[in-house]
Amino acid sequence: MNTMITPEKTRRTTKMLNPLLQFKDVWKTYYLGAQTLDVLKGITLEIYEEEFVAVLGPSGSGKSTMMNLLGLLDVPSKGFIFVESQDVRKMTESQLAQLRGKKIGFVFQQFNLISALTALENVMLPMMFQNVAESERRQRAQELLTKVGLADRMHHKPTELSGGQQQRVAIARSLANNPEIILADEPTGNLDSASGKQIMDLLIELHEKEKKTIILVTHDNSLVKHAKRIIRLRDGQVVKMKDNSKSL
Amino acid sequence: MGYYKQMITDYFMLPWKEMQRRKLRSLLTLFGIVVGIAAVIALIMIGQGLQQAIMGQIAAMGSDKLIISAKGNALNAGLSIDAIKITDKDLTTIKRVLGVKEAAGFIYSTAKIEFNDKARYNFVYGFPTRAEENALINGGQNYKLLTGRNLEKGDKYKAVVGNEYINPDLFEKEVVVGNKMMIQGKEFKTVGTWQKTGSPPDDSAVIIPLDTYQELFKKDNELGLIILQINQGEDLKLMEERISKELRKQRSLDEGKEDFSIQSPEQLAAAFGTILTVVQVVLIGIAAISLFVGGIGIMNTMFTAVLQRTKEIGLFKAVGATNEQILGLFLIESGLYGIIGGIGGVVVGLGVAKIAEGVIGYFIGPAFFVLQLNWWLLLGAIFFSFIVGCVSGIAPARRASKLNPIESLRYE
Repeated sequence: MNTMITPEKTRRTTKMLNPLLQFKDVWKTYYLGAQTLDVLKGITLEIYEEEFVAVLGPSGSGKSTMMNLLGLLDVPSKGFIFVESQDVRKMTESQLAQLRGKKIGFVFQQFNLISALTALENVMLPMMFQNVAESERRQRAQELLTKVGLADRMHHKPTELSGGQQQRVAIARSLANNPEIILADEPTGNLDSASGKQIMDLLIELHEKEKKTIILVTHDNSLVKHAKRIIRLRDGQVVKMKDNSKSL
Repeated sequence: MGYYKQMITDYFMLPWKEMQRRKLRSLLTLFGIVVGIAAVIALIMIGQGLQQAIMGQIAAMGSDKLIISAKGNALNAGLSIDAIKITDKDLTTIKRVLGVKEAAGFIYSTAKIEFNDKARYNFVYGFPTRAEENALINGGQNYKLLTGRNLEKGDKYKAVVGNEYINPDLFEKEVVVGNKMMIQGKEFKTVGTWQKTGSPPDDSAVIIPLDTYQELFKKDNELGLIILQINQGEDLKLMEERISKELRKQRSLDEGKEDFSIQSPEQLAAAFGTILTVVQVVLIGIAAISLFVGGIGIMNTMFTAVLQRTKEIGLFKAVGATNEQILGLFLIESGLYGIIGGIGGVVVGLGVAKIAEGVIGYFIGPAFFVLQLNWWLLLGAIFFSFIVGCVSGIAPARRASKLNPIESLRYE
């Protein structure tokens, strides 16, 4: 079953935009001994600039695999993924890493900050791998931490920060190389509701003010109300695409 | 340029922070390298110092002297059980050779020396008593009188003792001029004492008249070494050939079948130098093994680090680190262990060599052994240590660089 999901209305209501990410009949198959397990079964979809998309699905739906593919951490077993018309399967691991570093900012459920580094250094890290000059990195990291409200916490180590603060550092880090896409994987999953709300507000703000494309991967129905488009996964297939933009 | 400078500082700062995060493990890892480098540095420096000291002493004998010994025995004359012997007859022959100013023979072996009811086993030298010959040998051995007198013509059962004997530690009582001591069961009267020479076997030796020695040890007419001095203006090489010819005639030997050897002090120094170099190479080889073990320690630490930081490596890759960048980070971390361990090793090694200098100076005299500070050696050791660190890091760094980002991120 191939479900073409093209947000015609979104496209028409905004400008005519090019897809940032394009999935064409994407399959992901895992081999467990002699058994094969199709985790994703022919996904076709497009993610456009300035979109806010939620990928929703229960555990076992292929959501994590989907997130790895969307984040360019993995390549499909079959089918194509294009990033601005480039086929990811034709890239080397390192080319993919460089592209990932430039185009995608990750926000993880576990924050994944480096405990030996301060908040500032954590935010500077992605820029280091793009060989940005140190002074420039420092300045940009300071600006980003100020933007997420942590101007006074820059020199703290992650263990000296609350969960919400840590996730805000992670958001600042995701913005370091000024990527088009913020890929947030259960960003509020480890936070209390107040901190979770702050994080969601921050993501919404990034979408609305900075026109970032947000891809929110979650199982939490209550979070997806912010998304303009919802991609619902079940058993490795897209079962439903809902365009929220009408109701907004 | 700026780009590379940037990369280098980045790639050092991050590993440096990692090392500080696990101080104990870092220190233990460094310890392995420090020990290896310190051992190599100390052994090389002490070896070089000793070599210079010994060569200097031998060369100080002068460039107008030749030493004649039974073949292959230049370094252990008198201790040989070889049938080939140098005798008084050879000495007489040599004295007759044109251009020889003076020649003298002496012989030595270890013997039982008793004094103050204590027995010690030290060298006993048989020296000629004729003043000119005595002076030639004394000069060659660097002996200078401290108290009393030299051996004189007509002396029998008289002894001049090395500087060690005035040290009460040797026999729990100082030996002074006039004291009687037993050598091989015979009583000898001490007539003089020597100043310190800097050579431990010479300082602990007892000098007795050559005739008495030959009688006491039943070495009739036998000599261990002959030292000769040539006339001023004579060519040493030419003299060597002339003496060789006369000795062959005297001993009825064909050319090329000599059972004796003639060496200049320089040649002797070179022979000593070769032996010292071999000993040094063996010792440094052993020290190198500890350096190798130190390298294994770095490798072990790095493999552990890769395992412990798997999640971080996953994150690095997620935020855009290429495999090469990860490889670089881990290689530099292990290289840092090498550099820091190398610097530590050089400092410790210098310290050990300094202590050795002090100890040798205390026992032998401060002028004998002086350390040579060779900056290239020290810098080379640090560089070599860096290479050891990098090489040890290759396998762990490759493992890190090849980690799958998804699995690494999930790793707990």
